[in-house]
Formats: sequence, structure tokens, C-alpha cells
Amino acid sequence: MKLTVWTYEGPTHVGAMRVATAMKGLHYVLHAPQGDTYADLLFTMIERRNHRPPVTYTTFQARDLGSDTAHLFKDACQDAYDRFQPEAIIVGASCTAELIQDDPAGLAETMGLNVPVIPLELPSYSRKENFGADETFYQIVKALAKPCERTSRISCNILGGTALGFRHRDDIQEITALLYELGIDVNVCAPLDATPSDIARMGAAHFNVLLYPETGEAAARWCERSFEQPYTKTVPMGVGATRDFIAEVCQICGIEPNVDESRLRLPWWSKSVDSTYLTGKRVFIFGDGTHVKAAARVAKDEMGFEVVGVGCYNREFARDIRALAKDIGVEALISDDYLEVEQTIEALQPEMILGTQMERHIGKRLGIPCAVISAPVHVQDFPARYSPVMGFEGANVLFDTWIHPLVMGLEEHLLHMFRDDFEFHDEAGPSHHDGHAPKPIDRPAEGPVAAAVQEGTGVAVWLADAERELKKIPFFVRGKSKRNTEKYALDQGMTEISVDTLYEAKAHYAR
Amino acid sequence: MNDHSPISTGCANSPVLKQRGQREVFCGLTGIIWLHRKMQDAFFLVVGSRTCAHLLQSAAGVMIFAEPRFGTAILEEKDLAGLADAHTELDREVARLLSRRPDIKQLFLVGSCPSEVIKLDLARAAERMTQEYAPNVRVLNFSGSGIETTFTQGEDACLASMVPVLPKTDERELLLVGALPDVVEDQAVSLLTEMGVGPIRTLPASRAADQYGIGENTVFALLQPFLGDTHAELERRGARHIPAPFPFGEQGTTAWLRAIALEFGVDEETFERVTAAPRARARKAIDAQAKELRGKSIFFFPDSQLEVPLARFLTTECGMTPLEIGTPYLHAGLVGPDLALIPEGPTISEGQDVDLQLDRAREARADITVCGLGLANPLEAEGLTTKWAIELVFTPVHFYEQAGDLAGLFSRPIRRREVLDL
Repeated sequence: MKLTVWTYEGPTHVGAMRVATAMKGLHYVLHAPQGDTYADLLFTMIERRNHRPPVTYTTFQARDLGSDTAHLFKDACQDAYDRFQPEAIIVGASCTAELIQDDPAGLAETMGLNVPVIPLELPSYSRKENFGADETFYQIVKALAKPCERTSRISCNILGGTALGFRHRDDIQEITALLYELGIDVNVCAPLDATPSDIARMGAAHFNVLLYPETGEAAARWCERSFEQPYTKTVPMGVGATRDFIAEVCQICGIEPNVDESRLRLPWWSKSVDSTYLTGKRVFIFGDGTHVKAAARVAKDEMGFEVVGVGCYNREFARDIRALAKDIGVEALISDDYLEVEQTIEALQPEMILGTQMERHIGKRLGIPCAVISAPVHVQDFPARYSPVMGFEGANVLFDTWIHPLVMGLEEHLLHMFRDDFEFHDEAGPSHHDGHAPKPIDRPAEGPVAAAVQEGTGVAVWLADAERELKKIPFFVRGKSKRNTEKYALDQGMTEISVDTLYEAKAHYAR
Repeated sequence: MNDHSPISTGCANSPVLKQRGQREVFCGLTGIIWLHRKMQDAFFLVVGSRTCAHLLQSAAGVMIFAEPRFGTAILEEKDLAGLADAHTELDREVARLLSRRPDIKQLFLVGSCPSEVIKLDLARAAERMTQEYAPNVRVLNFSGSGIETTFTQGEDACLASMVPVLPKTDERELLLVGALPDVVEDQAVSLLTEMGVGPIRTLPASRAADQYGIGENTVFALLQPFLGDTHAELERRGARHIPAPFPFGEQGTTAWLRAIALEFGVDEETFERVTAAPRARARKAIDAQAKELRGKSIFFFPDSQLEVPLARFLTTECGMTPLEIGTPYLHAGLVGPDLALIPEGPTISEGQDVDLQLDRAREARADITVCGLGLANPLEAEGLTTKWAIELVFTPVHFYEQAGDLAGLFSRPIRRREVLDL
């Protein structure tokens, strides 16, 4: 047992629901108790879908436990078939049904339904949501995709897009347009918006574009083995990655890269002088493996940030993230415990966090700016406007999204100049925080009174002058200055921190 | 009483449509979300699966980031192998939890579908832990599983688990049962106190230390309609129930107060003096909010068991016509007084086969359809106006001062549909 309040990922059957809801003409019959329908509202509310997810729950209750539940399952399956007339059905069990002895696969098989019935084995006590999605999509492809003749024009499938995916809708549109420019057709995009009959003709594509390894890699590998379709290994998020992706695709297809970069603005925005202040901003990156890997490259090479920590919550990508961390020379954090993430962030004191909805709240609590780069996300990250994170427009979106929470160059300059001004004083906080409204400045009482700041034992006491000086340091670096100064004082065996100590420490730690 | 026409029994004797099939409802675990706010020194530890944790996370929304006093001990593969091991694991997690949170005085071990299917005996575990942690922490157990409970029944199961351990008393006291927002509970207590009714106790109390006794002289009134098991447990302890319509709207609140006033021998003059001003205020507020509701029809999907009393309020005080009143469970003994006030006509349904009920709702095309968040947007997309039901459980809606807000919750979607020109 493990005590949990927040989970980065839902159970495996929610992953299966993400695939079922992404597709059309497919129905999911889920052996589950009353209450598991809560997951419907993730799709109708967070993603704002205008239809119910295509899922029928058997809704067994305590009084049904015994011989009855198998019967319930068959009835639910038959009803779903009669009512929705799907092209194919997937069947499976939720965590509770996994514990009772019914066998959805076997039961569905004996019913002689006129459509393919695909059984799912999703171990809910050892695996999680992303595995559920990946495995479900793989089983669907394995069951339905048939070898077929290649299309005459060069074409590919786009794999991995699901319901409840972070920006999947717009990423796919962006990459489809990019491929079109290269002269490549999209044969099937799956699971998102595909029907079972679309899946059947996946073999006609020349290769596969794997946009989301978390939810599409098993299927991509199967297609590689069964249809000799190579799949792309680069996820086109960021300028460099998109260019690499184009090169990879062109190499697979044997064509010349010919892409119009005129609407790509990130490089110039990042080179312009107002971005100089971004240099060396210390960022911590956390999320799913794929987005973290991509974000780290953008942060380092395209924004000029210093990446001070990386991590992911999905163990399936632990190896990739460890390798990435080694490259950058930082520690990798592989954990699905948000308290551990919070501790790491507190210890690193980054100037910015790139993370999930959870990191957004951690950032809020610690007063650190944060931008969201990965699921899980809340309703505001399923925006109405076009906002991919992949391809060239995606790069533009990344620049804007990551920069907005930060204080930009001119603003930072003003903060310095008008430090005590009522609008610009340093307790005003970054503009996306609730505490944005200017607060009155607390001026310490006059006179050489020793300050009362003393945290724990073995920490030097801040003298009043030094504390006043500390307050003049912009709030977003003050935490670090305070920590560094105290560490410096401790190392030097000092019991008091004066203004001199503060500046000696500053010189000591100067980059 | 010069009216000699036969007394109408309204819907009290209407046949009930009972269906079973797929239910689009929450399980009882959801009750934890509001119960833990009310009981300030209690911690709710669900023993369940990742699904349970995910449900609480989805239902608690932004609250999850505010150090809530609930959590899930997620069962892992090794816990399923043998029972003895699971108890050791649970003991370890509880010990860790209680050492980290010394402010916790009541710990609820909450059963879930997985823990019940593997027959993990949480009642025994609670007894064992009560002895171990006495006198600082009292450990109780109830089931919030989907196989046993629907949504608000989780609160019922929780309160029912507390009744047997209350001490015994012979005092004549009034017990108000059901977790309401403090602001609402204070209003109720103050109205009754002004009439001279007392002493007044509440279940649940906001702290474990606010203990009181229970016995043959205790009388109790229910604030919520979904408290069937708690009602039974209280009667088992000898307490007596004061039947009344539930305190929604001006008339509901007045009828509820009057039933208690009668029990405590409050004279009519006192009753009038105390209630006249808030009644007038409530009527005025309802009139302002209910303009859009008069003459409109309403269809309730089952959710919280609040459906019958709310339909009563919307019918008798806002001039609406209910087409179907669906409820997960119909405790005729508790909602009988409300049913009797609803004119005959609507279908009363208990339980659910969601696809069949959706067919009926599409057929009925009510002016407003009350349903869960899983159905609301899909139905809006089909052109129906909806009101999502969960808000009615979280928002202060009982008693006089909230009567206008309650009507407003239903009129707002209709008003919005009218203002949008898209």
C-alpha cells in the first residue's frame, strides 16, 4: 500500500478510455462497479467533448457479486452492440472487476457478435494510464490492421494522438500541414479521429510518424515488424527537433527537405535584445518523458536557460530521462510522488518551473513562475485557440507560453530602477500570480535593531542592515541569495550576517 | 381548516419506475470531499485502488492542492496476495500518517470496491487501531464503495458509523443530522434558539471533542434526505425522528421549523415573531430569481437523493412542472412529506438504466434537465438546457437566506441560453 493524495496518472482503464474516446465507430464495454463512470467527466468537462465517451459500464453492485456479474457483462455487451452498432468492440475490466473471476474476453467471444471483439488485459495494480492507452491501441492495431498495398503517393500514419492528450488536436494539425509541405500524405491518423476501418488500412502507409511514444510506441513497433513501416524517432517539439524531424522524414522517404520557415519566429524572438535577460535562467523540468526531453532541448539551446533538474513521472521513460540528465549534468528525478517533486524544487530553487498542473500549484506555493508543458492538465490547457506545441507554430507557442510568467527584460530593468515605487516594488510579484496587486511596503523600523530572522539552529543571524539590503534584491532571486549567503556564512563559521557578508557571498557565488 | 376537499397525497402514492442497468453516478467516496471540510480534526483514509485516488482527485478539483485531510492507501499487487500482509501494510501506513498529522483526532478507514471484493476487514482494523491509538485518536470504518453506495450515501454511511459510539444520555436534546456549510447550520441553530428550542447538537460536529450523548429522550431532525442508515441507527439508540419536508425554499424551511416547534411546544406567536422577517426576505429573493422558472418544465436524472425535495421546492415555490424525478434511492419514509406536496403527474423513478433514461429525457425535452457532469455537455450539444447536479450538494442552498440562491442555480442556465446569440 502507498498513501496517495495526488496521482499524475489515472488507472489503466482510463488509458483505454482515452483511446476509445479518441476513435469513432469503436465501443468499449467495461466491466466495472457503479461509480467508475466518474471518468466520463474528464472527457466531457476537461476536454469539453460534446458527446458521451463511447463506453458502456456494467455497473455491478454488491448484491450482484456471485454468479450474476458474468450475466450482467453479457447483457451490457449485447445492449451496447444493439444500440450503438459499432464497427468493433473492445472489452476489459476495471480494477475491481479484475479481482472477481469473470473473464470479459471469454464471455464476449461466446456471444458471437458480428463485429471484431478485442479483449484487453490491463493490469490495474501494477500499471497506469499511459500503459493502458499504449496497450489498448496496440491491441486494436494488432487485431484490425491488415497488410495492404502501399499508396502510390508517399504517405504516412500519424500515431499516438488520443483523447485527453496535451495539445494533441493542434499538434496533429500542425504536423499534418508540415508533411503536406514536404509532399507527404497522411494515410491514417490514429487513434485520434480514426475508425476501425481506418485502422484496417494502416498498412498502406509508407512509414509512421510517432508523435507520442507514451501512447503509440507499441503499435509503431508492431507496424515496423508486420508491415516493414519504419517510424520516426524524433518528436518535433522545438525548432531544432522539428528540423531534425524533417531531416529524418526526408531520409526515410528519400526526398529533399523543402520547407518554408517564414512563419517560424522563435529564433528571432529569442535573439532579440529583450531576451538577453533570459540567459542562464535556472529552470526545472518535470512531466511525461517525451515532453520533458523535448522541453529540455528547447530550454537549453533555443531559450538559453540553464536546466538545473529534469524528471518524469512515467517509469516507462526512466531510462531516457536518466540519459538526458547525464548529458546535461544534473540529477534525474523519476517519481510519481508530488511531495518528492516539491522537495526537489525547494532544494533547487529554480527561477522557473516547466511542468504539469501539479508543478503549477507547487510554483504558486513557492512563488516560482511556472509554465505547463505536459499532462496531466486542467481545463484551461484545452484551449479554444489554435495552440500546438509541435512544429514551427508550436515553437512560437512555446516561446510565448514560457516567457509570459517570467519578468521580461524591460520590466526587470524597471523593477530595479523603481524598486520602491508603489507599482514596481519587489513584492508585487509576477503578473500571473494572485498576489499581483501591489501591496504596501513594510519598512523596517529605524535603528540598529538586530533582525529576528533565524531559521533553525546553526544558522547565522541576519543583522538589520543586511536584512534591509536583502530586501532590495529582486524577489525572484532573493531566495537563492538568502540561501547562498547563509551557506557561505555557515562555511565561514560566522554567527552574524552583515551587509558585507551578503556581498562577499555574492562575489563568492558569482557566475 | 375549512377546506373539506379530500387531502391530496400528491405523488406520495405514485407508482415508482424501478430500472437497473448502467448507472451514471458517483460512488460514496465522493462524500469525503465535503465531509472532511466539515469535520475539522478527521482524516479519511480510503483503502482502494488507483481508480479511487483518481476519482477523489477528479471530484476534489482544485481542493486537492490545499493539503486536504483525506488520502488513498493504494492497493498494490503484493497486497492482493495474502490478507495478513495487507493488514500489516495498512498499520504501517496509518502509523506513518498519524505521526505526521498529530492534529488528527478521528480517523475513518473508508472501504472501497476493491477492498470489499478482497474482503479486507476494515471494521476489525478500526477496532484494533482504536485500542492502539486511544485516547488520542478514534478510528472508525464505513464503506464508500460503488458496489454499496451512491454519491451522498457515503455521508450516510459515515454518520451511521459514528452513532453507535456516541455515549448514552437521558437529556432531552435536539439533534440536527447532516453536514451543512457552517453558515447555513448557524442560521438554523439561531432560528431554533430564538424560539427557545434547545439544547441543540449537530451530527457531524466540527470536532471530535464536541461530544454529546444520545438516548431515549433525544429527538432528531434530518437536514438531508439521504440519511436513511443514520436514521435507522439513531432509532436503534432510542432517538425519535421528527418527520418534515426538507428545508429548501421558504415553505420547506417553514414546514421544517414548524415540525420542530410543535415538538418543543413553541407557541404560534413566538414562531411568527421569529420567522416573519426571514420568510418575507426569502419570498422576495425567490420571486426575483424565479421569474424565468415559472411555467417551465424540469427533468431530474438521479444523483444525490436531493431530487424529490428540490422538485417540491421548484413546483410549489417557483411554479415549475416536473416531468421526471429520478433518484438513486427513494426512502419513502424520509421524503414522504415532500412527495405529498408535489402534484400528481411526474414519473418518479428509482435507480437507472442511463441509455433508457436518456431516451426519455430526449423525448420529454424539458426546459431544464438536471444531471451529472458526464451528461451535461453532451445534452447541451443536443440542444437541451442543463443544470449540473453536483453543485447542489456543494453550494449552500438550505434555509431562508439561501432560498433565492437556490432558485438562481436553476434560473441561470435558462437565462444564459436566452442571452447567448450564437
